[in-house]
Amino acid sequence: MITESDIEHIAELADIGISKDEVPEFTTQFNAILDYFEVLDTVEGESAPDAGAVNVFRDDEPRPSLSQEEVLASAGSTENGFIKAPRVM
Amino acid sequence: MKTIVGLEIHVQLSTATKLFCGCSTDYRDDEPNTHCCPVCLGLPGALPRINRKAVEYGLKVAKALDMKVPEESEFARKNYFYPDLPKAYQITQYDKPLAVEGTVEIEDDEGHEKIVRITRVHLEEDPGRLVHVAGGSKYSLVDYNRSGIPLLEIVTEPDMRSPQEARRFLNKLRTILEYLSVFDGEREGGLRVDANISLEGSERVEVKNISSYKGVEKALTFEVTRQKNLLRRGQKVTRETRHFMEGRGITTSARSKEEEHDYRYFPEPDLRPLRVADRVAAIDLPELPVARKNRFMAQYGISLNHARTLTGDPKLADFYEAVAHVDPVLAATWVADTLLGELNYRDMGIAAVPAERIVELLELLKSKTITDTAGVQVLREMLDACAAGKPCEPPAVIVEREGLARATGDEFTQVVEKVVTANPQAVEDYRTGKKGALNFLVGQVMKETRGRADPRELGRIVSEYIDTGGV
Amino acid sequence: MAGTLEFSPDDRYNAFITTCSTAPFTDGALAGTAVAVKDNISTKGIQTTCGSKILEGYVPPYDAYVVELLRQAGAAIVGKTNMDEFGMGTTTETSAFGPTKNPVDPERVPGGSSGGSAAAVAAGLVPMALGTDTGGSIRCPAAFCGIAGLKPTYGRVSRYGLIAYANSLEQIGPMARTVEDVSRLMSVIARYDPRDSTMLDRPYDHRPSAEIKGLRVGIPEEYFGEGVDPRVGERVRDAIGVLEGLGAETVPVSIPGMRHALAAYYVICTSEASSNLARFDGVRYGPAVDTRKSWHEAYQDLRQEMFGTEVRRRIMLGTFALSAGYAGRYYAKAQIARRNIREDFERAFRDADVIAGPTMPTVAFRLGEKSDPLSMYLSDILTVPANLAGIPAISVPCGKVDGLPVGLQLMGRQFEDERVVDAAYAYEQEVRA
Repeated sequence: MITESDIEHIAELADIGISKDEVPEFTTQFNAILDYFEVLDTVEGESAPDAGAVNVFRDDEPRPSLSQEEVLASAGSTENGFIKAPRVM
Repeated sequence: MKTIVGLEIHVQLSTATKLFCGCSTDYRDDEPNTHCCPVCLGLPGALPRINRKAVEYGLKVAKALDMKVPEESEFARKNYFYPDLPKAYQITQYDKPLAVEGTVEIEDDEGHEKIVRITRVHLEEDPGRLVHVAGGSKYSLVDYNRSGIPLLEIVTEPDMRSPQEARRFLNKLRTILEYLSVFDGEREGGLRVDANISLEGSERVEVKNISSYKGVEKALTFEVTRQKNLLRRGQKVTRETRHFMEGRGITTSARSKEEEHDYRYFPEPDLRPLRVADRVAAIDLPELPVARKNRFMAQYGISLNHARTLTGDPKLADFYEAVAHVDPVLAATWVADTLLGELNYRDMGIAAVPAERIVELLELLKSKTITDTAGVQVLREMLDACAAGKPCEPPAVIVEREGLARATGDEFTQVVEKVVTANPQAVEDYRTGKKGALNFLVGQVMKETRGRADPRELGRIVSEYIDTGGV
Repeated sequence: MAGTLEFSPDDRYNAFITTCSTAPFTDGALAGTAVAVKDNISTKGIQTTCGSKILEGYVPPYDAYVVELLRQAGAAIVGKTNMDEFGMGTTTETSAFGPTKNPVDPERVPGGSSGGSAAAVAAGLVPMALGTDTGGSIRCPAAFCGIAGLKPTYGRVSRYGLIAYANSLEQIGPMARTVEDVSRLMSVIARYDPRDSTMLDRPYDHRPSAEIKGLRVGIPEEYFGEGVDPRVGERVRDAIGVLEGLGAETVPVSIPGMRHALAAYYVICTSEASSNLARFDGVRYGPAVDTRKSWHEAYQDLRQEMFGTEVRRRIMLGTFALSAGYAGRYYAKAQIARRNIREDFERAFRDADVIAGPTMPTVAFRLGEKSDPLSMYLSDILTVPANLAGIPAISVPCGKVDGLPVGLQLMGRQFEDERVVDAAYAYEQEVRA
């Protein structure tokens, strides 16, 4: 059983904002879904490497980079060629 | 009280391109955000591709450290949010690293050889670089040039017992990496260290983000003192993460929130696993430092100390081998003791010195054309000119110009006569057995001959002169 | 042959997020053909939103590989189609740009998450469109709108440029009114791209053939059980009867792992999504983050405002499923379940060449009808197994219930997309005749 406090903690961990009024509904829905997921407890077998391609490599050859303008074009705000980001307190 | 130290080292590999994209790694002197592409910028829809050379370099290191390479290894995502991490996850290796269980041999504090065990070695990408704007501003500036640079993370067991051992370990490791040509020691920030330190019986403290070898010894020395003081006062050492402030030489407590991280590792779904254990046998390792040191001693007949110093840097070792043919023991003394000291004093690297010049110098010394003292003077003049960007003159030219050729017998006698006559008190002291007196007289003669006379020979000449009643 | 196509559609069903009023085209296999592209596929110079506010205004500086291939084949890219936000949905109702309506009945959903692409094709606005399929997102709207749609074998079409939702499950695939056009479009986009390390070099270049004599068609009991509308089941059995009439044989098969399939799917896709969507921090692209706030505050606020409820719910589910203490129970178990399902299909494909069943358990629901997330997830039960196993699966229209289209789903062995297309083609040609 996930509590409302658990939901708030999961939101913190996921760095997702949810409002106070969303919490009860999220909690109910979460629990319903996790109840459904309980069927996984009955899964049998061990994990094993999946058979597929291995060692997919790229040569160490330089390829053209984007120009500084292209890199900055989509950014919200920039300064002297750098991209601005909120400061970690 | 026993000190217990373990290290986690991040090394930037000297590949031409980044770990997961083709952007060039040669970003240091360039403008910000000029070595980026959709992949290393974490643009939506971009996909990583593994750089084969980075894996080869990783395997080279694994082999050099005698490590086991498991059958299969894979990349994983380490999820956390930080402005310098464009995808909000770092592609690293978690429970299936490239190699495990190796060893490095170092000298302990008593001069004996000991083993430091290497727990694991794995590949991961470097995040971007955050620049904090001065003046207490609310924002940071990000440069993604560094984002995606290949890192090799090397983790040791807590086998070191002092800050000095840690420093020696790092020097040894750095030398090995340079010998393997997988790491460029000249690149700033190319090697970063996190250290774990505890006093036996107390909690462990992690010190993060030390970026110089000297910094490691300083940081750990500070920590040992800090922790001992706490215990002396009857307090406990808190288990925490601390940051090293390089400028002030102290460690400070980091926000404890950093320790709460749940990285939610899972295998990177955009990449396929590695099966590279079978490639290790074919890897040709160059002659590694320990082997080279032993060979130097055997082949050139030089001392352990000299061999150790000379092989501590592959470029220095190469230089020595280029000049040793004149006279290996003479060359060892001059290169390891004199030349190295003069270079350090001038903040110069061995690359600035043409080997032929030192060969010429050694030949002049060996043929006794000049004395040791004159040799030092010639070397200093030569290096001063080199450092100033002027051409490195042949030693013979300097000797000629400064008149530093060794003084001959006659010239000696004249000067000895002059000095003995001028210093009767010293002569008296010598006669009454005061040993220092002879050195004084010899010094006076050397002053007069501007170092062109060999002090040992002079000692004999002066004492003979006085004894045979030259006065 | 080169030129410009003028495109000003009557988009009453809200199939498009962005339209290109003039679309250039060149010579090639698709010369001058109007193709719509789902809005989670990067198009250089054209806004790409994934149906979300957090990418509103984002203009990619590069083309996805499939878009490069479309351009090289001479196609005219006329617009970006509406979708459930980041692909998370079965009805295209979670789009930040309003729901798309089903052209067959505008009070109903077109299916999702490629609802815009399906509606654009079904309404005749374009002959072909690209969709993406993570847990049924091509096949479901194809079934609900009465068109054809193929989810290729995993690793057959490049994901470079596809804005990721669940990397180990999704593929870009073709949608069109006819199976032949689906195959034509597949022949353009299914080419090896070294930039996608999960691809194998198995290009698709195939002209569908209606010759299916001797084809063994597997009928899985799990696809006709409870939860499937019996009338839908009937239409599909009739369709299978048509295949038998053409010389195919039917054989019962079983996929026991189906009981874990939906849970495994939702654990895996939400886990991968929680990681994939973390990069939208408003720093390098998208609506700018507030740099006056502190990092965590700014980041959380942005995600609360710009991500819809379903997206936030799935990110939290995925974060939880990967978190310390729970990863073993959820993520690890889901991967084992996945491997079991793959093995179930391998076993079934010893006795059958293709496996047939309904695409969806019902016909299209009404807009706003499914408000409970879990009941929405349950409607994916018949489509997710193909994604988990990485096998090709096509949906082709096979009749109606209450005037609404029903989809016949045909699944095949890995890299046997051609055989699956042939079976669908044979059926389609027979009923058109």
